[in-house]
Amino acid sequence: MEPMIRATAEEIAARELATANEEFSRVVERHRPQVFRFLLASTRDLDLAETLTQECFLKAHRNWSSFRGESSAMTWLMRIAINLQKDHWRNRRMQFWRQTRTNAVDLDEASEWLPSGEGSVERQLLARERVGQVWEAVKGLSERQRTVFLLRYVEEQELSEIARETGLSEGTVKAHLSRALTRVRAELGGGR
Amino acid sequence: MRFGARFGDRRGEPAGRDEQADAGAGETEDLALEQVLKDFRMSVCAWSEAAYNRPRTAAQVVRRRSWRLAAGWALGLALAAGGVSGAVFERHQRQQMARAAARQRLVQERQRLVREQQAREEEEDLLAKVDSDVSREVPSAMEPLAQLMAEDERK
Repeated sequence: MEPMIRATAEEIAARELATANEEFSRVVERHRPQVFRFLLASTRDLDLAETLTQECFLKAHRNWSSFRGESSAMTWLMRIAINLQKDHWRNRRMQFWRQTRTNAVDLDEASEWLPSGEGSVERQLLARERVGQVWEAVKGLSERQRTVFLLRYVEEQELSEIARETGLSEGTVKAHLSRALTRVRAELGGGR
Repeated sequence: MRFGARFGDRRGEPAGRDEQADAGAGETEDLALEQVLKDFRMSVCAWSEAAYNRPRTAAQVVRRRSWRLAAGWALGLALAAGGVSGAVFERHQRQQMARAAARQRLVQERQRLVREQQAREEEEDLLAKVDSDVSREVPSAMEPLAQLMAEDERK
């Protein structure tokens, strides 16, 4: 009787594992582009964004069993991505003997990407110029300000969600956002 | 269009605004800024989508990286081995030189001792010779006494 019970328990465990893997695969499929987009905007480096995205999902997979669903999977993944990005910059600063060159594309290239076919050529050129100015402002932001700004205006997240992901209070998030916007305004105003 | 003037700086706005009103909504009430931020978002999305769907060259990258890693390790090991063998060679050279210097000092010391010994012997010989010469030389005033002694000896 006992071996039969054990076999059943093993079967249940295997089934649970398979279910968890399936669930995780769905999460990867659904959220990977968004995590990649955030990391790409943060680093402006394709290879680095891909590497960090891989690391993010690897870490998430390792800790998937400890994810209790208290926040959404996206919030949880973003928190991991933000921490990875933070660690990356910290390591780069500390290990100054490492390759200091980055593969970040320049701002002109980053602002090239505008969906075409919308508005006149003039409007397209103007939009490209302004997007370039926003990139310039983003480049000058502190790490936290940049993270908050990108989560708000690229990922279109609520302040409460940003606060959960960054581990900051909503007030602090607002303050960072306000400073970031001031900078963007100044860049746009100064650019004319 | 002057963005600085049009958007203004809202830092001086009264703080009594509806707390829950999304700061983003308040901050982007200006249509022009809203449009710029929208363009920025669309630009990032388009770039990200294109990058996400680009053909991957992961295998090549991995191979290149592993090759670089191997080359780095090989170079590191070669440098370390060179450093260690250099240090060993240097140490060996120093020991050899120290040994040669000690040998040289020993030879010089021996030569010095020999020279001193020879000088001492020469001095002793000279003194002995002087002694015997002096003892055989008899002053003329003592000649008769010396003859008597010689005669006594003959007897």
